[in-house]
Amino acid sequence: MILFDKVSKRYPGGQEALSAVSFELEAGEMAFLTGHSGAGKSSLLKLVTLIERASGGQVVVNGQNLTRMGRREIPRLRRDIGIIFQDYRLLHDRTVFDNVALPLIVTGLQRRDVERRVRAALDMVGLLNKEKRYPVTLSGGEQQRVGIARAVVHKPPLLLADEPTGNLDPELSREIMDLFRLFNQVGVSVLIASHDLELIASLPYRVLTLERGRLIHDSGAAG
Amino acid sequence: MGDAVKSSGRSKGGASRKGRHRGVKGYLERHFQVLIHSLGRLSRNPFSTLMTIAVIGIALALPTGLYLLVDHVRDLGGQWRETTRISLFLKQEIGDERARRLVEGLIEKEEIEEAAYISPEQALDEFREFSGFGNVLDALESNPLPGVILVQPAALQPEAIQALLDRLRKLPEVEIAQLDMEWVRRLYTLLDILQRGILTVAALLALAVLLIVGNTIRLDIESRREEIVITKLIGGTDGFIRRPFLYTGFWYGVGGAFIALLLVNLSLILLQGPVERLAGLYGSEFRLGLTSLEMVLVLLGIGVALGLLGALLAVGRHLRAIEPE
Repeated sequence: MILFDKVSKRYPGGQEALSAVSFELEAGEMAFLTGHSGAGKSSLLKLVTLIERASGGQVVVNGQNLTRMGRREIPRLRRDIGIIFQDYRLLHDRTVFDNVALPLIVTGLQRRDVERRVRAALDMVGLLNKEKRYPVTLSGGEQQRVGIARAVVHKPPLLLADEPTGNLDPELSREIMDLFRLFNQVGVSVLIASHDLELIASLPYRVLTLERGRLIHDSGAAG
Repeated sequence: MGDAVKSSGRSKGGASRKGRHRGVKGYLERHFQVLIHSLGRLSRNPFSTLMTIAVIGIALALPTGLYLLVDHVRDLGGQWRETTRISLFLKQEIGDERARRLVEGLIEKEEIEEAAYISPEQALDEFREFSGFGNVLDALESNPLPGVILVQPAALQPEAIQALLDRLRKLPEVEIAQLDMEWVRRLYTLLDILQRGILTVAALLALAVLLIVGNTIRLDIESRREEIVITKLIGGTDGFIRRPFLYTGFWYGVGGAFIALLLVNLSLILLQGPVERLAGLYGSEFRLGLTSLEMVLVLLGIGVALGLLGALLAVGRHLRAIEPE
């Protein structure tokens, strides 16, 4: 699902965020990406979604080589990826329903199907009764669940999460992780960047550890 | 919940593209939705929207109004040009008999289309009828008016008419030969200059409309930066992101054109009374009337074109600059 082959990323100004990172995430696999802040976790995720481009090496996502991907093809790549952010990044002038519907709207899905799918996604994260609310009226945990519903509503084969529990207490964090495990169980590939080592250690998944841009440890496919 | 999870599992097989509506009907439907949605957005900020379309409306109304004015005057000039006639005022001693013989002679000539004699008595009657000075005229002991022959030249070119005028002037019976065309020609030259000037003003104001729409859309883009970033992150194409802004420009154009029509027609109505009175003084049936349907369509077209173009300029410049970080 994700293949990194000797990938490096150097930002203008000379700092090297990633150097010679190689790993492969199989389809249907779930893994954690960990390391101190600044170790390169976010940079790695940005390369997968083409927010940034690699300075060297090859990145292949969902069978597509991103090195040669043109600007106009990027939307199609991103439609196959669900992204979850630490700060949720919801649109505050829209209801929960409209936030979750956005990935379907951009693909031009008909209204009838949009409603069905959005309700299914909200049901999955347990927020079906809050579809008419605005994000600011929800708790942090609820907002993150809206973010997750938005990431999975269009059924992408790959989920990426950047510190999804960074702003949540341990109990809520575990609930969120359970959601990711649920998606993984039905075949979605999941890559979660997190520095919550305690939580990660309690779960039976592969762990990739980054330190100053290098992949220093790979626990290998477990679980 | 279980059902939903199962359905999410199907995505692995790439089923997510299934059910995507790609038909023409769906395409138009989506565009129509965005069209209505962008109108809804505008109506949620009625004051600033109204300000923007009012400015556009005024900018469009100014050259439109001037153009209509010149057009009307040109029409009026056209009526006069058709009646380009040479008036031959005969000497007092020329009697009706001799005058009629002269007319017959003139009609024979190739360069004259028509000639008609108005005797001093007829002239007096006409004058009495139209001028309203009947009582004064009654007080006169003798008729002061000379006989007049009205000559309609066959040619329309000013030079040919001038030549004819010179020849007619030399006729022994003629006291004064007069051609009231010079001022028509001057009027036309003046109108040409005016029209050129209006065109320049219109071009400048069109540029102003472009800048107004462009700047308004730019601010709109800035205020929706987060929305644009997120839409790009979840796979919204440039076209998808551009669409609502283009339609916003479209509505600005439509709204501006309507305001312009309102302003122009309001001015026309206000001018109606005085113009009619003025025309009445000249014995003319001239009326201003409202803008024609053609004018309405042209103005709407120009408004929409400027709105879309202004939005396109803003979108082209600013959307590309907003990328996820």
